[in-house]
Amino acid sequence: MTNVAIIGTGHSKFGSRTDVNLQELAWEAVKQALEEANVEQKDIQYFSVGNVGTWSAEPLPAVVIGEYCNLTPSGTMRVEAACASGSAALREAYLAVKSGEADIAMAIGVEQMHQSPNPTVVEMIGRAGNYFWEFENFGLTFPGYYALYATAYMNRYGLKEEDLGKIAVKAHHYGAMNPYAHFQKEITMEEYLKSRPVAWPLKLLDSSPITDGAAAVVLASEEVANKYTDSPVWIEAQGVGSGTANLSRRTDFTTIEAARMAAEQVYRRAKINMDSPWKEIDVADVHDCFTIAEIIAYEDLRFARRGEGLTLAREEQTYIGGRIPVNVDGGLKAKGHPIGATGVSMAVSLARQLLYRAPNKGMQAEIRNGRALAHNVGGTGHYAYVTLFSTRRPGL
Amino acid sequence: MISDVRDAKQKEIAEVLKQLDMLTKMTGLPVYPEPKTGNPLWSDVRELDLRYQIPVKRISKFFDELKKGKVLATRCNKCGTVYFPPQDDCPKCRTSNLEWKEVQGEGELLTYTVISVKPPSFAHYPDYVVGIARFGDVSVTAWVEGPREKLRVGSKVRLDVSKREPEGYITYRLILL
Ligand SMILES: [Zn+2]
Repeated sequence: MTNVAIIGTGHSKFGSRTDVNLQELAWEAVKQALEEANVEQKDIQYFSVGNVGTWSAEPLPAVVIGEYCNLTPSGTMRVEAACASGSAALREAYLAVKSGEADIAMAIGVEQMHQSPNPTVVEMIGRAGNYFWEFENFGLTFPGYYALYATAYMNRYGLKEEDLGKIAVKAHHYGAMNPYAHFQKEITMEEYLKSRPVAWPLKLLDSSPITDGAAAVVLASEEVANKYTDSPVWIEAQGVGSGTANLSRRTDFTTIEAARMAAEQVYRRAKINMDSPWKEIDVADVHDCFTIAEIIAYEDLRFARRGEGLTLAREEQTYIGGRIPVNVDGGLKAKGHPIGATGVSMAVSLARQLLYRAPNKGMQAEIRNGRALAHNVGGTGHYAYVTLFSTRRPGL
Repeated sequence: MISDVRDAKQKEIAEVLKQLDMLTKMTGLPVYPEPKTGNPLWSDVRELDLRYQIPVKRISKFFDELKKGKVLATRCNKCGTVYFPPQDDCPKCRTSNLEWKEVQGEGELLTYTVISVKPPSFAHYPDYVVGIARFGDVSVTAWVEGPREKLRVGSKVRLDVSKREPEGYITYRLILL
């Protein structure tokens, strides 16, 4: 087993990318990652592709992208973990290198949701969960599932509309500075409060958009990484978990059990104090597919105690300069959420944060511990991946 | 009826396809500029109609009883676990042929939402409320109906079996008490 480092990152512009097709979109990120890492395609011994698809035409995206990016004939697979597919792809490539199977591997995340009309996409995402017992008869949508969390959370902890609004305003504040973001504009609380309901209590401005985008990272073993770069970003630890398909089989709608589990695995492996992990982490990207999800993430990651995530939002403790900066790249909400790309996009954002390479000074967190945390949830707590990135070589 | 719902949808699709035919006749290709950006898009000429055929043999008793107005869960008589949605295998005990048990009485609404932006296959319904209610050992996800002023977390509900219109098939819902 070896340590694994990110030695190159690539990120496409996120948005409605109808100017390119799926493989062209992937290439934008792959090319950038290859150039940054200074490796050739032939050096990539394995590549994984996070892509959920169904809204886009290619049913075998990994080989279509492999062919287009000249990564063939290296081994590959398409990886699906719903909205955490990107982190699953990262995990696949990470394990390939960690195990010693590959010295250099690439994780690619790509999604092109605009190949289908928006209503079709709403239908497809709504079907994620348990198809027969939740969708077929009751027509749940993705905002609908998270609204079930929001209602329960509001009822138990007194969360207010404005608290969710704080999350949306923050996301757009940082998104406005991110040249890769889908929405590069600020929003006001007034605009937030006036936005139309999607699935009560959630509104349009609580929701991440339907986005196209790609991201890629080149991973290398410790020995190889040291040859290519003097500023590797290590994957220090990763935790994973899953939750029941049927939401009705969960007992608590104010927390995502799978994410708590994944976070605890990471903290244990990295010997991070579970009572105050934020003191040892400089910046985090959390899965804010809907604003409520970010507040729950604060608690699941132990940045706040149960029921106190909303206080972090109210006190603006997750802006740069607060307790812990969260989603300073705009998050899924403003940067966009190209399902299969999101997890890899988090890795790219955070690796660049740790190296003081945020695309805009206003979105650069202060790096003191050299550690960043990614929290990527698939479905509504169906899959959870928490990944800790570090500039310090693990084991030191 | 199920076919009526489909016909309405097909009419919308036919309108769009007429335009596509006109364009293809004119230019020789099904390529059109996206209204917002002008980006040329190839409109797929192959259509995939997805309608799954889902096996329900192992839980057919659920549907037999649903026709009689009852909602059933299954129960493992070895470990006592109650399953809803019903399943005929207890993976904990690795046993099959579980007992059937009616989900009845008063339930408590755990959470709910009102779906305003609907999937196309649900677009023909008015906005609907989906909730999860606890009935003793199990929770049930379903539409919540009844007076809106009673709609809140903790409200009492009961299960009701009735026909879903306009499709006209039997399903269950939660009724606010
Ligand atoms: Zn059993």
